[in-house]
Amino acid sequence: MTGSIASPWTGSPAAAKAPRDPTPLLLLPGIAMLVLMFLVPMVLFFVRTFMEFQGGTAAFLAQARSLLFSQPYLTALATTNWIALIVTLAVLLVGYPIAYYLTTATGPSFSLVVLSIVLPYFTSIIVRTFSWMVLLGEHGLVNDTLRAIGVISEPLPLMYNRLGVLIGMSYVLLPYMVLTLYAAMRGIDTSLVRAAEGLGASGFYTFRRVYFPLSLHGVLSGALIVYILSIGYFITPALMGGQHDIMVAMLIDRELEVAVDWPSAALMSLSLLVVTLALYAIYYRVTDVRRLIGAR
Amino acid sequence: MVEVDSDLAARRAPAAVDELALLAPVAAARGAIELRGLTKRYGEEAVVDAIALSIAPGEFFSLLGPSGSGKTTTLMMVAGFVQPDGGAVLLDGEDLAAVPPQKRGFGMVFQNYAIFPHLSVFENIAFPLRARRWANGAVAERVSWALDLVRLGRFGDRHTHQLSGGQQQRVALARAIVFHPPVVLMDEPLGALDKNLRFEMQVEIKEIQQRLGMTVLYVTHDQEEAMSMSDRIAILNRGRIDQVGPPGEVYERPANPFVGRFLGEANLIEGTIAPQFGDGTRLVLPSGHELRAPSGSRRSDGGRGMLFIRPERVEITAGANAAGDVRQNMLAGTIRRCSFLGNILRYAVDVDGLAPITVDIQNAVRVAPLPVGALVVLRWPVAESLILPAEP
Repeated sequence: MTGSIASPWTGSPAAAKAPRDPTPLLLLPGIAMLVLMFLVPMVLFFVRTFMEFQGGTAAFLAQARSLLFSQPYLTALATTNWIALIVTLAVLLVGYPIAYYLTTATGPSFSLVVLSIVLPYFTSIIVRTFSWMVLLGEHGLVNDTLRAIGVISEPLPLMYNRLGVLIGMSYVLLPYMVLTLYAAMRGIDTSLVRAAEGLGASGFYTFRRVYFPLSLHGVLSGALIVYILSIGYFITPALMGGQHDIMVAMLIDRELEVAVDWPSAALMSLSLLVVTLALYAIYYRVTDVRRLIGAR
Repeated sequence: MVEVDSDLAARRAPAAVDELALLAPVAAARGAIELRGLTKRYGEEAVVDAIALSIAPGEFFSLLGPSGSGKTTTLMMVAGFVQPDGGAVLLDGEDLAAVPPQKRGFGMVFQNYAIFPHLSVFENIAFPLRARRWANGAVAERVSWALDLVRLGRFGDRHTHQLSGGQQQRVALARAIVFHPPVVLMDEPLGALDKNLRFEMQVEIKEIQQRLGMTVLYVTHDQEEAMSMSDRIAILNRGRIDQVGPPGEVYERPANPFVGRFLGEANLIEGTIAPQFGDGTRLVLPSGHELRAPSGSRRSDGGRGMLFIRPERVEITAGANAAGDVRQNMLAGTIRRCSFLGNILRYAVDVDGLAPITVDIQNAVRVAPLPVGALVVLRWPVAESLILPAEP
């Protein structure tokens, strides 16, 4: 990162005489915060747990293998990825039309939609999740209403199962998708759509051949960010999921809180971190970060 | 430039257009456009105000006007992207009101090209064919025909961002004509190109249009561009058509001072219209001096009028006096300024009681610039003069 900021001429005699640009110094507080509150604790956590491990390298590797290939871990891994995939698709399907609407909306309707998407973000995630529980519970609003109008006689199992996790997570992650897609779509030159129609393409053909391909980098960015956030998710599945919906993050929590097995927790955290970083690397490749935040 | 333009105009004057309409077999004469009282209002203001036009099949027709004159809005209504508030667009006699843009079958070249950035040159040009569900073989054949036509034969596999501005322009042109539309709409297609390239592309577009015999409706604010390419030009001003005619006619015989000025440098000498003399009209200047023009450009006696003469039609000779000639208008003045424009010398000449008169002299072999302050006599044929209504 710093490499791209530093001038390529640094170190040349001319640059030595020129006054140094003090602007990068503005990053110091931010860097200090990241290092002290994120990097240092994380490194310490890994170092400490591996230092504490009793036995040689061979024993360590054996335990790592047995842990990472254990049934509970593999199941949690599969569940995590499956949930992340479904959530990503659901959020994409719901978010794409909303983002498109935002590119055409103006004035109060634009503000209203953006606000309804972003506003829940200003409330605590636990409050939001409990709100969903009020809605989806056995005697929640949805079930009570459906029963009152006679659609169902028994309450639908909307919570403490996979469906509840999917609903809760999709809701929480929707803004990431919508805002990412919106940023990408806003950059699409609408004269291209007009050109396609003027040259004889139907609305659907224009979408398939012109609009969607031009929005594709936004779709990829949005999908990756939602997926990345999904695989590390903890609170929503813990509160709204059933006993079979154990995600990796919950497993890590259990190792720390219940089993007090720090090396196992560290190993699982590390595996999750590696996957996340790999996905982030892809995300970085497909996303022009500067375009995403609207910079030129 | 001007000579070439009027030549072109002479060859393809309205007579030529009428001939085309009369002689061409009925089946081949596709691509006639008619605008009937076409109107567009934004709020109270009519940006396009009851425009009526008839464009013949195979005609190169330009809408020329300054920005805000309604030319692009008119084109967008023809294309179907803007709904008219009144009037109709007819293609070969059929009202297009209920036909959406994608069904109108026009070829279109857009301002700034509107090239699809994610498609190759080949796929850009193939786009209208694929949208019409052509088979792959036919698509390949037709695209390579279009690539050759715009001299981009080797560029099919290229990515469009690897192309220069002129090449992108050619891709846009090829894409517009690849499906052999009878009518092609062009919205300032050369606006983004530099001057030399623009001239080159004008020639190319004109050649392709003539070879394919298609109707072109061309929007531009550049009068040279309009004159060098068009069979006829409509000059738009504040949503209305001020004049329609072949380039030579609108340049030489503008309907009003606005058209005169818009098409190039113009002298508009203001005075009072005096009673007719013999076979002409007289204009009395504030100095009492008289200028004459052929009748036909008759205006009410005693009203204000403007005598119109192009700077290149005025002769300039050094000296305070010259022999009079009934066939010539004559004014004495002093040189205020001489600008060197390369191929021409442009003089500004002060004449008593008038705005400076502009005179263009070819920068030919024997021409030596006259010094500032020199006394000169300006002369031009009565037959070339035209009396226009004074501007309110």
